[in-house]
Amino acid sequence: MSEADGTGALGTGAGGTDDDTILSVQGLTKHFSQSDGMLSALFDEPPVRAVEDVSFDVKRGETLGLVGESGCGKSTLARTILRLVDPTDGAVYFEGDNLAELSGSNLRERRRDLQMIFQDPQSSLDPRMKVGPIVEEPMKAHGLYKGEREERARELLEKVGLDPHHYNRYPHQFSGGQRQRINLARALSVNPDFIVCDEPVSALDVSIQAQVLNTMQELQDEFGLTYLFIAHDLSVIRHISDRVAVMYLGKLVELAETEELFEHPEHPYTKALLDSIPVPDPRSEGARSVLEGDVPSPIEPPSGCRFRTRCPRLIQPDEFSMDSDTWKAVREFARAVDRRTFEADDRAAVRAEFFPDGTPSGRAGTVVDDALDRVADDEWEDAAEQLISTFADASICATEEPSYSVDPTIGDGEHFAACHLHRDDVEAPAPADD
Amino acid sequence: MSEPLLTVENLKTQFFTEEGTVRAVDGVNFEVNEGELVGLVGESGAGKSVAAQSIMRLVEEPGRIVDGTVTFDGKKLVDIEETPDGRMEESDEMLSNREMREQVRGREIAIVFQDPMESLNPVFKVGAQLREFIELNRGVNESEAKTIAVDMLREVGIPEPEARYDDYPHEFSGGMRQRVLIAMALACEPRLIIADEPTTALDVTVEGQILDLVSDLQERYDTAFLWVTHDMGVVAEICDRVNVMYLGEVIEEAEVDDLFHDTKHPYTEALLRSMPRPDRSVESLDPIKGVMPEAINPPSGCRFHTRCPEAREACKEFHPEYQDVSDADEAPHAVSCIKYERVGYEDSDPLQTEATGAFAGGLADMRGDDDGRDPAGVPGGEADE
Ligand SMILES: Nc1ncnc2c1ncn2[C@@H]1O[C@H](COP(=O)(O)OP(=O)(O)O)[C@@H](O)[C@H]1O
Ligand code: SF4
Ligand code: SF4
Ligand SMILES: [Mg+2]
Repeated sequence: MSEADGTGALGTGAGGTDDDTILSVQGLTKHFSQSDGMLSALFDEPPVRAVEDVSFDVKRGETLGLVGESGCGKSTLARTILRLVDPTDGAVYFEGDNLAELSGSNLRERRRDLQMIFQDPQSSLDPRMKVGPIVEEPMKAHGLYKGEREERARELLEKVGLDPHHYNRYPHQFSGGQRQRINLARALSVNPDFIVCDEPVSALDVSIQAQVLNTMQELQDEFGLTYLFIAHDLSVIRHISDRVAVMYLGKLVELAETEELFEHPEHPYTKALLDSIPVPDPRSEGARSVLEGDVPSPIEPPSGCRFRTRCPRLIQPDEFSMDSDTWKAVREFARAVDRRTFEADDRAAVRAEFFPDGTPSGRAGTVVDDALDRVADDEWEDAAEQLISTFADASICATEEPSYSVDPTIGDGEHFAACHLHRDDVEAPAPADD
Repeated sequence: MSEPLLTVENLKTQFFTEEGTVRAVDGVNFEVNEGELVGLVGESGAGKSVAAQSIMRLVEEPGRIVDGTVTFDGKKLVDIEETPDGRMEESDEMLSNREMREQVRGREIAIVFQDPMESLNPVFKVGAQLREFIELNRGVNESEAKTIAVDMLREVGIPEPEARYDDYPHEFSGGMRQRVLIAMALACEPRLIIADEPTTALDVTVEGQILDLVSDLQERYDTAFLWVTHDMGVVAEICDRVNVMYLGEVIEEAEVDDLFHDTKHPYTEALLRSMPRPDRSVESLDPIKGVMPEAINPPSGCRFHTRCPEAREACKEFHPEYQDVSDADEAPHAVSCIKYERVGYEDSDPLQTEATGAFAGGLADMRGDDDGRDPAGVPGGEADE
């Protein structure tokens, strides 16, 4: 297992020299100021770090799934790639050109090859425009297909599975699934190579979802399209993607081929995500496990690994050598104190609840005992501070940003995992402790 | 077996709109036993929410419950009878609005909605809203109510409940707001909680937290749940028994394992086949053809006949009887499909629709989807279209 280069990049190098690569995202970063420019500059407010140092390649003709929970930066990443918002840092190479540096007509020209469709097929269609002109709009904007736009629009309507006779209807006369098809036809009208799809089927019922997904796959085959497919639904992602990238709090945490990622996830967040999906089969094996706590604020994200405040596998600091059960008890106690999830009227009861086999020995034990005293005295904050600084802040998970490439179990594609559990040991599978 | 806690019989709720009468819930039957977690599942527009609101008598204009009986613990929450001169009227036994308010809602039956923002007042602090609710419904004084409120917040997993007590709803995440509503629902120790898509708007890890919380609380308090959802994964995960709705009707009801592994209704089967799976790779999806028709003008006979892969001519004529088709030694399994009746299904010709594969190779087959729906709500896919 080798450490990837400094930025955690999976890129093929500037310019995307690899012929297979259609898009190369390198160290892409987007920070938003919290309020309008003037004010935030005046008060020196820290920015919202929505996307941080994200790197990956998209191969020609593939579907790269991008999954993560709401607010993790998926849409911002997509919009930054397309230059709908300007990046704070980093580069986006699309067939050799750095989109982050293009402007004016050069950017417009390139944009033609990169289209986007959104989640809500309703609000992305102008209700006053008829379907035909909606599909023709991008052709007009790019001055393409003059004289044959209507014909092309009708053809495309049919391609996406609509009746070409519906050319003169208004969007509200269509169902949700059909409206998403109109969006597809519009995106296809300028003959793009690459389509960013942001939650394109999330608003649809399952049976309609399946129809639209099938059409998208047919269109991909027919036109040789490449998709960056964003969704929060892991079942949809598993079905549609060739490779999958997982985001958490603005960072890419894992990327691998689909089967590899779902069957052999190597990042604790990916595991937690997979373990929390309810499986549509009452006989499905394996209890669902639950990830505790909430996603921290992207204004002051945790140092090192951004998942460390919730990670069930957080690595103990080098100075300690507790066995895994003891370390688990300490970790859970520290988090419970930090979040005040229990009442502490009785020190002995608290001790018995969190440390049924006794508190750890050595300095770890001293810190835990002291925290138990403080909690019993209602000094929660002091207790939490000491526990966190001793056990969490000194962990490698807090001091260093993880970025590793792992040997895949299935297939031979690259498997990137931003987790220190992979820091040295190649062979040993990570022990399951939860 | 003792009486069910909740019995819904022949419930009909309609909306009287300019375009016509929307038969949102059209003769629905199901029950919930003490301590049981019962699912009500179906695609959007099937009538799940209207059914849930009807039980609580929360249907708003232009909607009205026009027929049926809802019995909860012996009380008639809804009881509409036909008078000798043929009008539909509320019976004497049906609870008054005041009795609903004072005896049932919040106390005996609590309801949790999809969007917690709708149920929390944005201008008041979370703790104060919870405290006031407890004061009102449990007859305790302010400081007792506050203690209970903080305990409940802790119990549903709100971190730092003492500090969070003074936050406003917008300072809570979606998952935390839903926890508050569950705390509120539980605060009066109701016997039944009706939950209408309570986790639909939440992220999957947060949904997992809430589902765990619910299983936990249900065990502890033995509360019964009617869980409304469109998500078969959630159903498989938490429900004991499931009712499947399609276009205003419950078309199948079974214990959860039977529903998934001994599926009887073609709609349920098609729904299960159309889903991508998180736990395994599915080569190709098999969507249900067409869209659900409008409830204003439902198809004749079996309402699923326009999309059913097994539809035959007889399905257009006969409205299926909703009946128990289980063997004597099996758990009850109700279904409404004429395959299980003797009305001539076997001898009838397959319907010529896209769903039955009648258009092999045609344009419609290539599209294989929700096209062809007329804006006026006429279902697509018919041979004569
Ligand atoms: N206020 C209303 N006015 C008119 N029709 C309504 C109203 N509310 C619901 N409906 C209709 O009732 C039917 C059932 O809706 P609903 O119960 O919300 O479905 P579900 O909860 O299963 O998605 C739908 O056809 C819907 O359009
Ligand atoms: S780096 Fe540490 S905190 Fe982050 S996922 Fe790995 S073990 Fe967990
Ligand atoms: S009655 Fe006919 S159309 Fe309806 S579900 Fe059964 S087979 Fe299909
Ligand atoms: Mg609903």
